[in-house]
Amino acid sequence: MTFETLGWQGLVILVIFGLSLLIATYCTYAERVIAAFLQDRVGPDRAGPYGLAQPLADAVKMFTKEEFFPGGASKALFTFGPCLAMTTALMSSAVIPFGNAVQFGSTVVHLQGIEINVGMLYVFGIVSLGVYGIMIGGWASNNKFSLLGAIRAASQNISYELAMGLSLIAVLMISGTLSLRDITLQQSVAGEWHFWNIVKQPLGFVIFLVCSFAETNRTPFDLPECETELVGGYHTEYSSMKLGLYLFAEYINIFVASAVMSVLYIGGFNFPFQYELRDWLVSAYGYELVTAQNIITILGAVGLFLKIFGFIFFFMWVRWTLPRFRYDQLMRLGWTILIPLAIFNILLTGGLITFGVIK
Amino acid sequence: MQSLSNRAKILEKKPMTLAERAYLPAIFQGLSITLRHFFMKKATIRYPEQTRPFSPVFRGLHVLKRDEQGRERCTACGLCAVACPAEAITMVAGERKKGEQNLYREEKYAVSYEINMLRCIFCGLCEEACPKAAIYLQADKMAPPRFERDEFIYGKDRLVEPVSPDTRSKRGIQLTPEQADKLRTQLA
Repeated sequence: MTFETLGWQGLVILVIFGLSLLIATYCTYAERVIAAFLQDRVGPDRAGPYGLAQPLADAVKMFTKEEFFPGGASKALFTFGPCLAMTTALMSSAVIPFGNAVQFGSTVVHLQGIEINVGMLYVFGIVSLGVYGIMIGGWASNNKFSLLGAIRAASQNISYELAMGLSLIAVLMISGTLSLRDITLQQSVAGEWHFWNIVKQPLGFVIFLVCSFAETNRTPFDLPECETELVGGYHTEYSSMKLGLYLFAEYINIFVASAVMSVLYIGGFNFPFQYELRDWLVSAYGYELVTAQNIITILGAVGLFLKIFGFIFFFMWVRWTLPRFRYDQLMRLGWTILIPLAIFNILLTGGLITFGVIK
Repeated sequence: MQSLSNRAKILEKKPMTLAERAYLPAIFQGLSITLRHFFMKKATIRYPEQTRPFSPVFRGLHVLKRDEQGRERCTACGLCAVACPAEAITMVAGERKKGEQNLYREEKYAVSYEINMLRCIFCGLCEEACPKAAIYLQADKMAPPRFERDEFIYGKDRLVEPVSPDTRSKRGIQLTPEQADKLRTQLA
């Protein structure tokens, strides 16, 4: 890797970092507006045009609020909890391929933070670290409600990670690689855009989707912060920007989960008729092949973000539609329904691969 | 138990079908309902820019009316204060001086007239009690919020129907220069 490509890669990482933060910021706004629209209201519209400056106002509020340490709490761990939650949330977007390669001159820049061949494993590792942030924060609060919330979060995440990983294995059986970039590229057979993994893995997609709701602690599985039973769950004792970091981490997790689902199941940065469009750009406008490919790459990145936003909308849409599960229902769904289904899905996929129906 | 009305519905607890147990169809049903609401017309009225239309019989902020010649109708009889169930109205009566016939219609008038808008329950009994048709509750104005309690005590400066010095002269009322000045400072 030359020094120049290293510089470009650094820029890409910075952009991804900034974008994750920006998207998480505006997720708070989107959540409120979508909630309002689903309930026949208009939502925040006072700060700036259409209320677009609302996240800024929220941030100022969060930063200027009193920082409170509960008595008997472990101060260091109490601070470390939200930091860890935020760090792990931000780290997982590093391996997601946000676009194909952009080429200018002899430099090729991949629109991806770091390209590693175990990308999927990395995402899972980091995501499962995320529960430590919640666990430590809840435990350090010296509050029984916080501890209960943290325990719930931990057991829920572990339970649903199993089903999630099992449904992922079916995808890996098809792709034969853990690299997210390779998985994306495999879904872009020329002229066959419909060969996205969701076509081959409808059941796996549904399981993965349900599990990612549980992984990101979103309704209907937001039991760790269930107000009716646990006050505020693991962040009961948190105030000011430390609470802000927890909420922020949740939105970044949603963003990452949406990105992973888009990459794994609905083609990542591929979009229908991209090769036809590239050839048409070359023949109709006389672009060079490289330029046309760059245009396609950028369009693909935009397309991926549209898919991600679609998923984020779905996350919020579900939140404002469904009531919360009961805890035993949650566990029963995870252990007795989703995990057997995921295993069945693996068998099914294996059978279909063996008989050559899908490859 | 025997049903006497024949309206009782017998509930049968059927085992759930596979679609019901799968839960997902029901979820999508719910999602479609909320999505329909997403595109519905919103009930919100963006208040300072838009206002809800008042009913024509709405009882809002009080006004002390003038007669067609621009004179104050109130004669400080105190019937409104007596009728008021909230004890919100006080007034001080005074005798009309010579040369003030163009300001006050009756020989006795209210030197000061105060309504405490924090006490007032906007029932409109003062309006009904008034024999001179002097006090009305406007249908299109409300007592606005204030920061201080004493700002809610409305005196004559805020209650009497405003008439600019110019419209007064148009209506054929002759004001002495001092009276016009006093009115201008009152209105300012």
